[in-house]
Amino acid sequence: MLFFSFFKTLVDQEVVVELKNDIEIKGTLKSVDQYLNLKLDNISTVNEEKYPHLKAVKTLFVRGSTVRYVHLSANSVDCTLLQDASRREAMAQAGK
Amino acid sequence: MSSVQTAAQQEEPLDLIRYQLDEMVFVKLRGAREMKGKLQGYDSHCNMVLSDATEFIYGDRKEDVKVKESEMVFVRGDSIILISPIEE
Repeated sequence: MLFFSFFKTLVDQEVVVELKNDIEIKGTLKSVDQYLNLKLDNISTVNEEKYPHLKAVKTLFVRGSTVRYVHLSANSVDCTLLQDASRREAMAQAGK
Repeated sequence: MSSVQTAAQQEEPLDLIRYQLDEMVFVKLRGAREMKGKLQGYDSHCNMVLSDATEFIYGDRKEDVKVKESEMVFVRGDSIILISPIEE
């Protein structure tokens, strides 16, 4: 659940999602669910000359399992908070 | 009762990753990719966030290596093959 909460804090931020088929989509993160499926708004493809398929698409849903990376801006992430949350999640997992 | 306690104290593989929080790690990924970066967060699926990350994408020949930088990146755990601490 950690990264579900993490992505919820990034809603309305600009992100670049790199898919496992190498397509890179830049857009505003609009929503996220427990599978880390993402909804992006105002999208554009970063490598458009190579992947022109999404030229006409404005909003899309990405199935979480097809994501390779999500590139974020450093100032949108509170690193200490994320590290602490990871330790807490690890403790909770160990307690199970 | 005692078995519950030993289960909690038992070292788990993922504990190695916990010790690397806020440290540099090397991650080998599917698709001939490797990444180095500072570990900021992870979960039990090996999803992780790395800061100041450098990605190396290897081609067919030894010399085709593409290098990409990212200031903050989330890596989905299902692409990850191995994680190793970087000794400095």
